[in-house]
Amino acid sequence: MAEMNAKGESPEILFWVGCAGSFDDRYKSVTKAFVKILNKVGISFAVLGQEESCTGDPARRAGNEFLFQMQAMSNIQVLDGYNVKKIVTACPHCFNTLKNEYPELGGNYEVIHHSTFLQQLIDEGKVKPADGNPFKGKKITYHDSCYLGRSNKVYEAPRRVLEALDVELVEMKRCKTTGLCCGAGGAQMFKDAEPGDKEINVERTEEAIETGANIIASACPFCLTMLADGVKAKDKESDVKVFDLAELIAKAEDL
Amino acid sequence: MQYLQQFIFVLVLAVAAYLLIKRVKFIKRGISLGKPLDRTDQSSARWRSMLLVAFGQKKMFKKPLPAFLHLFVYVGFLIINLEVLEFIIDGLAGSHRIFAPYLGSFYTVLMNFFEFLAVAVLISCVIFLIRRNIIKVPRFHKPEMKKWPTLDANIILFIEIILMMAILKMNAADQVLQAKGAEHYTNTGTLFFSSFLMPFFENFEVGTLIIYERVFWWFHIIGILGFAVYVTYSKHLHIFLAFPNTYYANLNPMGKVTNMDSVTNEVKLMLGMPVEGDASTPPAEVGRFGAKDVNDLSWKSLMDSFTCTECGRCTAECPANQTGKKLSPRAIMMATRDRVEEVLTDNKGLENGKSLLNDFISKEEINACTSCNACVEACPVLIDPLSIILELRRYVSMEESGSPATWNSMFQNIETNFAPWKFAPTDRFNWADELKKN
Repeated sequence: MAEMNAKGESPEILFWVGCAGSFDDRYKSVTKAFVKILNKVGISFAVLGQEESCTGDPARRAGNEFLFQMQAMSNIQVLDGYNVKKIVTACPHCFNTLKNEYPELGGNYEVIHHSTFLQQLIDEGKVKPADGNPFKGKKITYHDSCYLGRSNKVYEAPRRVLEALDVELVEMKRCKTTGLCCGAGGAQMFKDAEPGDKEINVERTEEAIETGANIIASACPFCLTMLADGVKAKDKESDVKVFDLAELIAKAEDL
Repeated sequence: MQYLQQFIFVLVLAVAAYLLIKRVKFIKRGISLGKPLDRTDQSSARWRSMLLVAFGQKKMFKKPLPAFLHLFVYVGFLIINLEVLEFIIDGLAGSHRIFAPYLGSFYTVLMNFFEFLAVAVLISCVIFLIRRNIIKVPRFHKPEMKKWPTLDANIILFIEIILMMAILKMNAADQVLQAKGAEHYTNTGTLFFSSFLMPFFENFEVGTLIIYERVFWWFHIIGILGFAVYVTYSKHLHIFLAFPNTYYANLNPMGKVTNMDSVTNEVKLMLGMPVEGDASTPPAEVGRFGAKDVNDLSWKSLMDSFTCTECGRCTAECPANQTGKKLSPRAIMMATRDRVEEVLTDNKGLENGKSLLNDFISKEEINACTSCNACVEACPVLIDPLSIILELRRYVSMEESGSPATWNSMFQNIETNFAPWKFAPTDRFNWADELKKN
């Protein structure tokens, strides 16, 4: 972003990468896949790079409002400094925070999640998964992220993206408004679960496996990690793969 | 004798009104313990929410069988209570079925409709009792459903059954009296359902029948008034509170957490940003951060707690509860109400040495929440257990620094590395180099 700014350019969108997208080894491939798609469609975009910082979502949900607001305020200063208008992010937690919680603190942007963004690209014909795409006819189930689905009512966009891949979309028993959480929301990603008789991600993964799908599609970095761990726990790594929507599109487009 | 009945009726009505008003004031005081929260905006959206969710029972229809049974009981009570109006006028005026001569054959239609509803309520309540006690639907048998909550639910269903039976028996005795040509017993026409009960009464003398009919009449009206008072002590308050509770519900996207304005001012001061209002005066006493007790929660959270009818749809959907954790959103609501009632009845009030956090709700429970909003989505009357959980977490984090150790290190990582994990901020853009290599 700084480079573009220095050249006097203003990109159409800011891609908010998020911490998982920047640091998590597995999830970095989603970031790369999404960037490949952005490059392919030739949209002008920027990232904040080292100037990006945690939105504060986990801090707020763990109860540390001070830390959340400190993060939010300094992020808003950076975003406003670059006169950012439109943000796209692949992380539903970042998406929810930027979209719903920043305006009250003075940060007003058009924020869209990458599933909606991908759907728009498909609708506009900018992304046309080839007929011979490797997922055609494959059984895929989609896991709703709580912060995308229930929290923000984005249920259709991710499904439309999968439909564009010509896959056989199978739903889990608990989906959309009643979708079961992967277990990582509300800052659970950053601590061990309380004592119980089962891990939430295992419960959810079992449900996904029951559909008979070979691919579990996700649209959230935390869900992706939790479900991949769940598949590992069930010893199903060779039969069932977990992918983000952007990875599926990038693969189908042979990027 | 006639005047004695009227006198007793006025007395019964006055006692019921006195008790009800006392209880309404009690509940109002309870809700007023909460902190202010403005929920008066967007009135058209609020009316819509109330009409659809409370009046129209929209959210109940996620589970069709209980939804239809509940609809019968709901419509039954709403409409049969029109008949109570006639009861009250008759009781005060010493008349008998005062509307019958005016409404003529329409009265017969009306009474038959009421009887149909009475039978529907009766059957529904029997099925509900079976679901609770014989089939044992899991959500009615969680750890928080101890003695009283379970007994309370059964008492309510039992009273409803008895009340409906009293209406039907009263109508049957009345019809026999009409057939025998007893004085004052206006012709109501054939009342279909109760006419099946007529054979029980046919062999009685007129005098005995009048006593039966009167006993059922008194039983029904005292029963209804008594039930209204009982409701204020029970989990059944949703029949009234569902309406204001859905009106004042949260209209924001579920994922949005309420902003703490007191913190915003402090953060702005720390960052040297202009603060709204007069910056030269020191900020007002902010009180406690988050919630330790019920008076730290908003009044809406407390209204939520009185509205909760302990159906357990929230708990059945909760991912933590489903995987055996101690957290149950219903228990959060029940604990909140229990604490509010304790504060109101204990003469030491809030200072009785206990608090909502720790004594009623444990850290283990609030820490298990994934903030997934499944409980909020599941509630048929728009109760929000999550906002209570988050307020309690705020207290633990900001006033006690008592969050789980791993959360404290996450906070530290965000402060020093600007990410919840311990990665060097300078590595944040490394993925771009990896991309170039490919």
